[in-house]
Amino acid sequence: MDIRFQDVGYTYQKGTPFESKAIYDIDLSIKDGSFTAIVGHTGSGKSTVLQHLNALKKPTEGTVTIGDRVITNLSDNKGLKSLRKKVGIVFQFPEAQLFEETVGKDIAFGPKNFGMTEEEGLEKARELLPLVGLDESFMERSPFDLSGGQMRRVAIAGVLALEPEVLVLDEPTAGLDPQGRKEVMNMFHSLYKNKGLTIVLVTHQMDDVAEYADHMIVLEKGTVMKEGHPREIFKEAGWLASMQLGVPSTVKFAHELEEKFEWTFDPLPLTTDELAAQIIEKLPTKGGASV
Amino acid sequence: MTEIIRLDNITYKYDDEDQRPALQDVSFSVNRGEWVAIIGPNGSGKSTLAKTINGLIEPDSGEVEVGGLMLNEKNVWSIREMVGMVFQNPDNQFVGSTVQDDVAFGLENLGIPRDEMIERVRNALEKVNMLEFAEREPARLSGGQKQRVAIAGIVALRPAIMILDEATSMLDPQGREEVLRTVKEVKEEENLSVLSITHDIDEAAAATRILVMRDGQMIQEGSPETIFSYGEELVEMGLDLPFPERLKASLKKQGLDVPHDYLTEEGMVDWLWTSVSKM
Repeated sequence: MDIRFQDVGYTYQKGTPFESKAIYDIDLSIKDGSFTAIVGHTGSGKSTVLQHLNALKKPTEGTVTIGDRVITNLSDNKGLKSLRKKVGIVFQFPEAQLFEETVGKDIAFGPKNFGMTEEEGLEKARELLPLVGLDESFMERSPFDLSGGQMRRVAIAGVLALEPEVLVLDEPTAGLDPQGRKEVMNMFHSLYKNKGLTIVLVTHQMDDVAEYADHMIVLEKGTVMKEGHPREIFKEAGWLASMQLGVPSTVKFAHELEEKFEWTFDPLPLTTDELAAQIIEKLPTKGGASV
Repeated sequence: MTEIIRLDNITYKYDDEDQRPALQDVSFSVNRGEWVAIIGPNGSGKSTLAKTINGLIEPDSGEVEVGGLMLNEKNVWSIREMVGMVFQNPDNQFVGSTVQDDVAFGLENLGIPRDEMIERVRNALEKVNMLEFAEREPARLSGGQKQRVAIAGIVALRPAIMILDEATSMLDPQGREEVLRTVKEVKEEENLSVLSITHDIDEAAAATRILVMRDGQMIQEGSPETIFSYGEELVEMGLDLPFPERLKASLKKQGLDVPHDYLTEEGMVDWLWTSVSKM
């Protein structure tokens, strides 16, 4: 399911003295099956953009197209429920929204709201646990006796239980330890690779953008500054630095080597494996290109 | 060197029925002026450990000594005056309606005279570079700014020890850098001892010594160079792999002989330089 923004703007409390423009003139497109990263500072408008991805907000200007649904300021609320089932949003610190007595019931809560029976919902929960890296023994446990990382997985399973086509993640690894971060990111990557989910990831971690995303949107002060493949955008290290956004460690190190050794890295290496391969090629002992 | 914190054989269970204690026979000490980082995965007992130091938690057995005082009912308030803590969530530690009120809160509790209080608040905000925000509402600051105000609140109380409990983990990279820089400066100027609980590699690298916790026990101790040379094991220790280690792992996987010792980014460049000039 493609999502497209055309000239989208959103103004809070429009027509009052407290009117404030959160986003404006936004054009962007999120292609079906892509892994899109959205980066930008606090206050850049990321959260407002997210809330348009499943029509939690309607644009005050412009058009948001989600699949075949067109949302404008004038759209009515009919059928939005099914839309929200297709685009699942995992907000920051989603574990704060857990509330049921058992993990199984918590995951089944969403499906039940969309018409599944209790039995079917629990069955769904049982299916999903391994997908988020937990085993069936968690079904009967209280979500409040789990570690932070485990609670987060349960909350994510609750969103996955609605079988969304698009999964929107707002800083999903914030506050987790490195092991937990790695596991959670690998889980999203496998949902994207193996289940064909479209992923939209809001993050500050440029290393994660480089490692996982195939599409990138840079937001600043309420509008889109750049959109494209991370490899293209990270080429402009100077521009990113001027925005205080930074580049992935691989790109930074490649630039250092380019200066010191007069090497050229082409294409720009995004992962350490890509960087290592190009370095080895350039080393004389391996008989690669001369220095 | 004199010890400012000493823990001897601390054991603690949150609940008598817990199978495994949150802390099991933990001993360590921090010297005056030292910066010690404590690392370990979530749930390894790091935060519990920090809370035993200023008596927020009373251990089931073992002794805590801070600034030469034994931690007990009589000394706990004197010890708390010596120890300032910065917590993880910047939004959970504000009480004042403006930045300066917030910094003044602790001083008011100690009954510091007004003139001196104004001076100390100004001075503390200046140290963390937040003086121009003195009249602002804390809620409107960025995460990094909030944590700097929290640090100012501690500096104003002139403690001997600052404990950072994952104080940068909820911040964006810019905020992290901001706070880390502030801690470094304040530590030098105020001659503080710092204990930082962290998953952040840059914060750990700023320490003189790193302690590693797992399952309530202290399992390792060493300089950042020593600890960072554990390579892939670092992730199990609750730390991110430093970039040079990740690159080294990729180079090794692709068949290159790499040095075993820990390399900084600079060290990595030098090593590559030597490899290139071997021609």
